Amino acid sequence: MATAAETIDENEAFREEARAWLAENFPEELKNQGNAMAGVDGPTAETPVQRQWREAMGEKGWGVPTWPEKYGGGGLTPKQARILTEEMNRIGAYNPIGGMGVMMFGPTLLEYGTEEQKQEHIPPICKGEIRWCQGYSEPGAGSDLASLQTFGEDKGDHYLVNGQKTWTSGGQWADKCFCLVRTDKSEKHKGISFMLIDMNDPGVETRPIRLISGASPFCETFFTDVKVPKENLVGAEGEGWTIGKRLLQHERSSLSGGGGAAARMFSGGSLSDQAKQYRGVNDNGEIADKELRDKIIKFEMLQRNFMNTLRRASEEAKGNQGPTAATSIMKNVGGKITQERAELVLEIMGMNGLGWEGEGFEPAELAATRAWLWGKAVSVYGGSFEIQNNIVAKRILGMQDHQ
Amino acid sequence: MAALNEEQTMLRDMARDWSNEKSPVSAFRKMRNDAPAEGYDVTAWGEQAEMGWAGIIIPEAYGGSDFGWLSLGLVLEELGRNLNASPLGASAAAASAIILGGSDAQKEAWLPKLASGEVVGTLAIDEGPHHRPDKIETSLSGGKLSGTKEFVPEGDSAGLFVVAATDGLYLVDGSDGGVSRASRTMTDHRSHAQVTFEGVAAEKLEGGGDDLTDQVLDRARAIACAEMLGMAVQAFETTLDYLKQRVQFGQVLASFQALQHRMANMFAEIELMRSSVEGALQAIDSGMGVAQAVSTAKATANDTLNLVSREMIQLHGGIGMTDEHDAGFYIKRARILENQWGNASFHRERFAQLSGY
Repeated sequence: MATAAETIDENEAFREEARAWLAENFPEELKNQGNAMAGVDGPTAETPVQRQWREAMGEKGWGVPTWPEKYGGGGLTPKQARILTEEMNRIGAYNPIGGMGVMMFGPTLLEYGTEEQKQEHIPPICKGEIRWCQGYSEPGAGSDLASLQTFGEDKGDHYLVNGQKTWTSGGQWADKCFCLVRTDKSEKHKGISFMLIDMNDPGVETRPIRLISGASPFCETFFTDVKVPKENLVGAEGEGWTIGKRLLQHERSSLSGGGGAAARMFSGGSLSDQAKQYRGVNDNGEIADKELRDKIIKFEMLQRNFMNTLRRASEEAKGNQGPTAATSIMKNVGGKITQERAELVLEIMGMNGLGWEGEGFEPAELAATRAWLWGKAVSVYGGSFEIQNNIVAKRILGMQDHQ
Repeated sequence: MAALNEEQTMLRDMARDWSNEKSPVSAFRKMRNDAPAEGYDVTAWGEQAEMGWAGIIIPEAYGGSDFGWLSLGLVLEELGRNLNASPLGASAAAASAIILGGSDAQKEAWLPKLASGEVVGTLAIDEGPHHRPDKIETSLSGGKLSGTKEFVPEGDSAGLFVVAATDGLYLVDGSDGGVSRASRTMTDHRSHAQVTFEGVAAEKLEGGGDDLTDQVLDRARAIACAEMLGMAVQAFETTLDYLKQRVQFGQVLASFQALQHRMANMFAEIELMRSSVEGALQAIDSGMGVAQAVSTAKATANDTLNLVSREMIQLHGGIGMTDEHDAGFYIKRARILENQWGNASFHRERFAQLSGY
C-alpha cells in the first residue's frame, strides 16, 4: 500500500507530466478561448489550430480525464483530474472535448451499456468527433415526461420509430440522439425504452425553435418511420425510465444553479457600479435610487449565501456519494439569482436595457435584453422550479406523493 | 454542514446528545414556569461549564480550549434547537472583548473565570430599544463610568459587564456598588435587564484598535446567528413532522402540494442561512472579511427565522396558537434575537456602506 508521502509524490510527478505535455501540445494562440463543442450555441467551424488541439486532447483522453482508458478516456484519478484542470487553468487552456456526450450520455452508457456499445460510442465522444443530442421532451410530455408518446414498433431486428420530440438542444447539428421511446403502450413508466438514433437517417427532420429571446439552439425533431436497429437499445426494453432518470442526474449536476448562464451574465461589471453609472449618486456617493440600492443589497447578500452554499456542497461532497441536502436546492436558487440579476440590470438601464437590435444601444445593453429573456428558461428547463420543489419535498423532506 | 474536523464532530455530537437528553424544550418550559431570578437554568449552565463549553473560544493559556468560533457555533446551534436558556453566548461575547482588547493583566483577571463558568460576562452596549452602537451617551467622569444600558442580555446575574462608553469599551465588575439592575420580563422569558452604572470603577480595554467595538459586536452577532440557525432548523423539523401526521380531508397534510412547495422553499432558505451563518463563523476564525460576512449572516438569519417562525404557527393551525404547544416559544425568542445586535435593515445598510454601494 502506498504511503501518504508516496501518493503526494505520485501526484506531483503527474503534475510535472501534465505540465510538460500541455506545454508541448497546447497552442499558445488558443489561450483563454472557450470550448466550441461544449456549448449548445452552434457548430462553430473549427480553425486548423483548434482542430489540432482537439485531436491532441482526444488522442490523450484528457478531455474526459476520469473515463476508463480502454474506451479512450484518460484513466486518471479524481485527484489527478483536478491537477490537470489546475494546470490547464494556469496556462489559460480550455478543454476542447465537451457537449452532451461528455456531460450526460457518456457517463450513462458507461454505467448501462453493453461492451459492444461502449466500444462503439465512447471513443468518438472522447475524441470529440460525435455530437449527441437529447430526445426527451415532447409537445405533450414536459414536466410529466413519462407520458411521452413517440413509439417504437418491434419489427424483429429493429424498431420502427414514429413521433415528435421538442426542445432538442443542438438537434440541427447533432450526429446522434439518445432518445426515450415508448415500446409498450400498456405501461406508463415501464413501457419506455432508451435508444440511440442516427440523426442522419432520412426519416429524421429538425426544425429550429425561435424563442422570446430570438434564435435558439433548440429544435423540434420529427421521426417518421425511422429504423433503429436493436443493437441501439441501451439496457433492456422497458428500462428506459430508470436509465433516463439516471442521465437527468448528470444533467442537473452540470446545470446546477444555472451556474454557466450566471457566470456569463456576471461579466458586465458589478451591479452597484452599473447603478451608479446609469442612475447617478447622491451627496454621500451612494446609489441615488434608494429602492434600487436596497434591491442590490439584498441581491448581493443572496448571491454571497449561494456562493457559500456551493462551497459547502463541494466540501460535503468529498467522501460523500450522491446529492446532499445542499445540492438539492442549487438549481432553484441559482435560477432565481440568474433571473433576479437580469431584472435588476434592466431596472438599472431603463429603456436602454430594452433595445432589441440595431443603432442607439451599447452592445452590453442589447446583450442584457437577450440575457433577461433567455434567463426565463432557467426555471423551466432541466426540471422546472415546481418539479424541483416536488423532488425536494418528496426525496429530501420525505413528504408523501400527492399524485 | 461545514466540513468538520474530528474534534468539532465530537463536540457537535456531544452538544446534540446533551441538549436532547438534558435540555429538551420541556426544560425551557419548566424554566419559564419556575422563573428563576437569573433568567436561565443554573444547573444546566453548570453542566455546560463543566464540559468546557464556556472556554471554547478562550486561549488555552487562560483555561480555555481555543477550539474557535465555528466550534462554538456548533454548540450554540444544538442548544438553540431546544431553546436552551443559557448565558453561554453572552459570556463568550464578553470574553471575546477581553481577548481582542484586553491587557495581559485583564486577561489573567477575567478569562480563567469566564472559561470555567465561575463568572458570567455580558455586553452592555445599547441605550434604547434599537441597536445603535453609534449612539452612546455612557461616559467617564473623573475615572468613573456612568450611564444606563437597556435590554442587557443576562443583565440580571452577570458578574462582568463589557460596557460601551463614548470613547470605547470598559470592564465593570458586576459587584460594584454603583451597578443597579432592573429586570425586564420579555416574550422569551430569558434574562434582560436595564443596568444603570453610577460612578462605577471601570477599566478600559486599550487594545484591539479603533474598531474594537465593531469587532466584538460582530462576534456577538455571529453568536446570535448560530442560536437562530438551530431554532430555524428545529422549528422547520417540528413543523414537517406535524404535517406528516396531521390528517384532514382523509389524508395527511404532507400530501398537499401547496404545503410541499412552501416547505421546499423554506428548506432552501434554511440551507442558504446555514451557509451564511457558518460562513460568518469561519470568517471570524480566519480573520478575513468578517464584517461583511457577519452582516450578511445576521440579515439572512433575521429574515429566515422570521419566516420560519411565522410559518411554524400557521402550518400548525390552532394548536400552534396554544401555550401548550412549543411553537410560541420559537417565535417569541426569534423576535428578540432579530432585534438584538441589529435588525435586517441595520445589517443591510451596514453591508452597503462596507461595500461602497
